[in-house]
Amino acid sequence: MNPLIPLFIAIPLAGAFLTMILGKFLPRLNKYLGITVLLLLAMMSLISVATISGGTDIYKVGGWEPVGGIPIGIYMVLDNLSALLLCVINIVGLLAVIYSFTYISQYTSENYFYSLFCLMIAGMNGVVLSGDLFNIFVFLEISAISSYALVAFGVEREQLEATFKYQVLGGLASLVILLGTGFIYWKAKTLNIADAREVLWAGSEKPFYLLAQLLLLSGFGLKAAIIPFHAWLPDAHSSAPSPISAMLSGVLIKAVGIYVIFRLFFNMFVLSEEIAVLITVLGTLSMAVGVFLAIGQWDIKRLLAYHSISQMGYVVMSAGIGMILVSRGTKPEVAALALAGALFHLINHAAFKSLLFLNAGAIEYRTGTRNLREMGGLAACMPATSSTSFAASMAISGLPPFNGFFSKLIIIIAAVMARFYLLAAIAVIVSIVTLASFLKFQRYAFYNGKREAGKENLREVPFPMVLSMVTLALFCLLLSLAALPHFRDIIFTPAIRILTDAQQYTAPILGF
Amino acid sequence: MKGMTLIVKETTRLLAGLIFLYGIYIIIHGHLTPGGGFAGGVVVAGSFILLILAYGSDYMHLTREETGTTITENLAILIALLIALGGMAFGVKIFFSNWLPRGTVGELVSAGVIPLYNIFIGMEVAASILTIFLALLIFKEELTK
Repeated sequence: MNPLIPLFIAIPLAGAFLTMILGKFLPRLNKYLGITVLLLLAMMSLISVATISGGTDIYKVGGWEPVGGIPIGIYMVLDNLSALLLCVINIVGLLAVIYSFTYISQYTSENYFYSLFCLMIAGMNGVVLSGDLFNIFVFLEISAISSYALVAFGVEREQLEATFKYQVLGGLASLVILLGTGFIYWKAKTLNIADAREVLWAGSEKPFYLLAQLLLLSGFGLKAAIIPFHAWLPDAHSSAPSPISAMLSGVLIKAVGIYVIFRLFFNMFVLSEEIAVLITVLGTLSMAVGVFLAIGQWDIKRLLAYHSISQMGYVVMSAGIGMILVSRGTKPEVAALALAGALFHLINHAAFKSLLFLNAGAIEYRTGTRNLREMGGLAACMPATSSTSFAASMAISGLPPFNGFFSKLIIIIAAVMARFYLLAAIAVIVSIVTLASFLKFQRYAFYNGKREAGKENLREVPFPMVLSMVTLALFCLLLSLAALPHFRDIIFTPAIRILTDAQQYTAPILGF
Repeated sequence: MKGMTLIVKETTRLLAGLIFLYGIYIIIHGHLTPGGGFAGGVVVAGSFILLILAYGSDYMHLTREETGTTITENLAILIALLIALGGMAFGVKIFFSNWLPRGTVGELVSAGVIPLYNIFIGMEVAASILTIFLALLIFKEELTK
């Protein structure tokens, strides 16, 4: 048993509670505490991704061994897929905390911010590491409730409205997820994902499990903001403080939404073609509709939030293509390619979307506005913000040599090889519209040339904010290397093997 | 916030201690009888809430109390987490393992670390419910000011 696994949850929890206690006495200390916690977690996630190498680490919490081959305790499972997600969560989290170093001092009660931030990280790490359905629900609630509070951190009218909407829809999602979990527990008599898979594959009560599948898909779809369930996202993601927007858009919707959908539908349920087609259709819808909703926006953060829906659509569509092929049992190499595209795009999106939100925060920090019409000519006075946001915009629109190009290319090639020509065409068109929308962002924010009175003395944002933006921009460039076959074999192939062959996931847990 | 009438104050004075003790009883017998940290913590918080409602309190007092409950809450849950982490340091070295001697089944001091979890979770729940109550009360006071 790898002792790092429970520490991924224990360290941020301890950090959150310590921040609250120390924050009352030494209010200057809490930001250093937050950075220390996230630095530790980021190093741990890098260690775990380097040492896992295709295996599966299982941690039986409390030392409860299985009885008669049935796992009875709480299992935490670390495999390549979760290690990948852990890296994304904790590294983006670290950069967001570094960014908050100066950014969050414009708000009061900083200790609440760092405490809630650590709780959110703990919840997401828990979701990714958990090996059973109920703990996924518990950790999801931890991260969701702390994110409700973080969205309302500014306590302005607009933020309270956004968080109310987010809470109602998030609460609905949690209810639906709990209902689905309850249905599975009712019939399968187990909550452990690997154990439930054995029962589900024994294959009785198909309509019953179809209902559970639909409930879980809509619940986690709400968390991931796939299109019919997206209504909360633009409000919540645009009104949160910028580092939190970056975390919500860059990490939270993936860790508690997309990741769980992948895990449950590939590794627990019997993949049926109709569900796979449904997921593909939902993904395509959010890809296409999201971008057209985005292009008319003038509020930068709302524009970015709608693009999150669209880019998540790419991930879901590509994974859906993989699901269709896996359920048919044909063309396994194309299915693997589609899944590689989905995972690659997921990681890339974490890099460039968090960067874009941090850029938006930097612009708002200096100019005090989020309206594109009121900006202009910022490239001259904010060179670091301007150049990093250019990199991120080109990455999200899919221009080489940035990472977004390679992941979109893989997705489109996979769609063509699977003979879904229409989906490939839609993906290309959406990418072009994305480019148009980001050219608008670049032009109006940075290059318009219009300089109004009182804007001449705008300066670049403070160093910590620049540091995390530049680091993320470097990630946008360097992640392109992951498209090379050598790196792909190390990073993606083991994770894809776990997804496509559920036996790989269940065998170590059930112990055969 | 003003207090209530003399009858309410006298009744509360007699009852609050009993309710508090009942909550403590539920918490420390958590591993033997139904109930435990959460149920007992709610009862303990109830006795404090009753006292505040009956006797009233002023704004400064409320904010000071809120600081106290926040610190208690975080300290209690931090200690519970440290006990869980203690499982990684002692005994079989597993997170959340029961690393204290188990004792005889049915006695008050038995079941290893489970009573400790109950006690600290009881503190945590009592303090957090009181914090929520105080926050609402402070909010109301700020509105009326």
